[in-house]
Amino acid sequence: MPKNMDPKKSPMPVQDPMVRRNNFDEVALGYSYETAVKEAQRCLNCKNKPCTTACPVSIDIPAFIERVANEDMEGAYEIISRSSSLPAVCGRVCPQENQCEGKCVRGIKGESVGIGRLERFVADYHREHCTEKPAVPAPNGHKVAIIGAGPSGLTAAGDLAKLGYKVTIYEALHLAGGVLVYGIPEFRLPKVIVQKEIDNLKALGVDIETNMVIGKVLTVDELFEMGNEAVYIGSGAGLPRFMNIPGESLKGVYSANEYLTRINLMKAYKKGSKTPIRHSKRVAVVGGGNVAMDAARSAKRMGAEEVYIVYRRGMEELPARKEEVEHAQEEGIIFKTLTNPIEVLGDENGEVKGMKCIEMELGEPDASGRRRPVPKADSEFVLDIDTMIMSIGTSPNPLIRSTTPGLETNKHGCIVTDGDNGLTSREGVYAGGDAVTGAATVILAMGAGKAAAKAIDEYIKSKGE
Amino acid sequence: MNKIIRKKSLNPTVSLMEIEAPLIARKAEPGQFIIFRAKEDSERVPLTIADFDREKGTVTIIYQIVGGSTMELDTLNEGEYIHDFVGPLGQPSETEGLKKVAVVGGGVGCAIAYPIAKKLSALGCEVHSVVGFRNKDLVILEDEFKAASKELRMMTDDGSYGTKGLVTNALEELIKEGNQYDEVIAIGPLIMMKFVCQLTKKYDIKTVVSMNPIMIDGTGMCGGCRLTVGGETKFACVDGPDFDGHLVDFDEAMHRGTMYREFETHAREASCNLLKQQ
Repeated sequence: MPKNMDPKKSPMPVQDPMVRRNNFDEVALGYSYETAVKEAQRCLNCKNKPCTTACPVSIDIPAFIERVANEDMEGAYEIISRSSSLPAVCGRVCPQENQCEGKCVRGIKGESVGIGRLERFVADYHREHCTEKPAVPAPNGHKVAIIGAGPSGLTAAGDLAKLGYKVTIYEALHLAGGVLVYGIPEFRLPKVIVQKEIDNLKALGVDIETNMVIGKVLTVDELFEMGNEAVYIGSGAGLPRFMNIPGESLKGVYSANEYLTRINLMKAYKKGSKTPIRHSKRVAVVGGGNVAMDAARSAKRMGAEEVYIVYRRGMEELPARKEEVEHAQEEGIIFKTLTNPIEVLGDENGEVKGMKCIEMELGEPDASGRRRPVPKADSEFVLDIDTMIMSIGTSPNPLIRSTTPGLETNKHGCIVTDGDNGLTSREGVYAGGDAVTGAATVILAMGAGKAAAKAIDEYIKSKGE
Repeated sequence: MNKIIRKKSLNPTVSLMEIEAPLIARKAEPGQFIIFRAKEDSERVPLTIADFDREKGTVTIIYQIVGGSTMELDTLNEGEYIHDFVGPLGQPSETEGLKKVAVVGGGVGCAIAYPIAKKLSALGCEVHSVVGFRNKDLVILEDEFKAASKELRMMTDDGSYGTKGLVTNALEELIKEGNQYDEVIAIGPLIMMKFVCQLTKKYDIKTVVSMNPIMIDGTGMCGGCRLTVGGETKFACVDGPDFDGHLVDFDEAMHRGTMYREFETHAREASCNLLKQQ
């Protein structure tokens, strides 16, 4: 096998920033067949597999990359899908730089192998070329209910279905996918790809019931009465946080959840959509995470002339993925770091017309270990905007905890689980993803779904003995 | 997909639909709401539940045709299906311990006030109802309110039916006649609820209002339905829709309600044009 000793990753072809900031088509275009094979040849196939250790779902990375190098793309897909139910999604939205690629040996003296890009290539290749439906596993006679058709619930469902469980997913919205369909924009994760992954799960025999708000129409206890032997709660993050500054109720102040839901789930980006949305000219997105980047880049695509990211710490501290920050900068998003809003200003009609901000500087490290931002005296200024989007996190949804007796939650309202397997304070009830951790990433939610599926399988088997 | 079992026009702009939804009917309580999407690409719209029949497994909604989405809903007929129907959402109205209550309904808000009057009456509470409409043609649920109330005051803006005047006039009369209410429940346009609350504040009577802000998911995710209650941010979908009316910032809620007025006008015109062509 020839090795490719190029210290640099094969670059990802992308849409030109000046073009893409006007459309919702996918930004990254994906490797060609030749590029994928060439990139796969950069992998040293290390024996101790540091990349696999750093993967939340433990994909056998060197093994799948070896198949790509040998041009056995279906073999590569088979290896990935043993560990991941949503490879086309993860290849696009995982923070690989902190996980597999962060531990890649090639990264010591150059750039890591483009593991995420290769994963995406393999999943896309499979989707475009494979016509075979996955084999439906033999039923084992046990039923499991899953709450929430987001990344965590879908992963748990896939793993359990493969073991022969009859799995029903209850989804509150009219469409399955969770944050993959309401939150992450089309230009980062095309919805046809999400739909295809969901169709694969259905082909495995998973039932998805939409429009079912658990905690309201059915309780967790009723799911047990219906014959389910275990319940997995993957209900996601909850209510958006606001800053409690004056003016947050003015017309033109959105939570990122609302803004993105209107655009993604409700398709406000499409011409002729029935979903109302502001056609903003000057937008400030408050926050520095991936969701803030998604909101800012969406605002630009919706036609805003000036879009600001307003973040109270510095560029170095931005929690968003580096790639997302770079893409946002290329598209003309303006970063106002070390800046904090203190008031939203409105006109006589109650419409946003500006945002009063204060400059910040970094002081001593706080409890999180990051340097605490403190306001600079006499540094107030007004940013001239017509729309403000709050993207400073969420607090957990109360619907399940308030209707499930004996389900322990912490002081923030997140469900408490025992160790890594997701077991809650209730027998047979498991939980994972944002409902447990608070707002985190797609892959961590998937990892939790995977661990819980394994624990649920062991629990149900042990009960039968 | 939920089947429309019955459709009935109540007045020129208000219609009733009885929808097959056994799971929702099993759990629904007065004060809760559903979200519907008439067709596959329609908006999600919240509507408070007007009635439910646990045995038949149906939920009744009453809607006023005000914009594109309700117009679209109204194109569906008996035997056809609503694309999405989800609920019951929100907190049920509190009825415990109430002995004497004034229920105030304005316009299509009467559709939501009625199930509460009915439940209270069934629980043995003395219900006095005050209902207001713009004119005689728009009156709905009169017989139903009569059946659920010991006392019913019918008000119209133009005096074409009942007494000419506002619901607040009739409510103040009832209070002045010496009626001591444990609570006033007011459901209708924001401006009506605001003035009812101003009145009851004067007489120091606890008042509950049902808020119906712009909403998307209705499950505590988008935050679009936030309002200020007693200086705190609350979410109508999970904390409400009922709130202590003396604490609600109505002016802010009225402002927020107009956020998409221009868009809605266009949407309504577009739907009208489409219907005309058909």
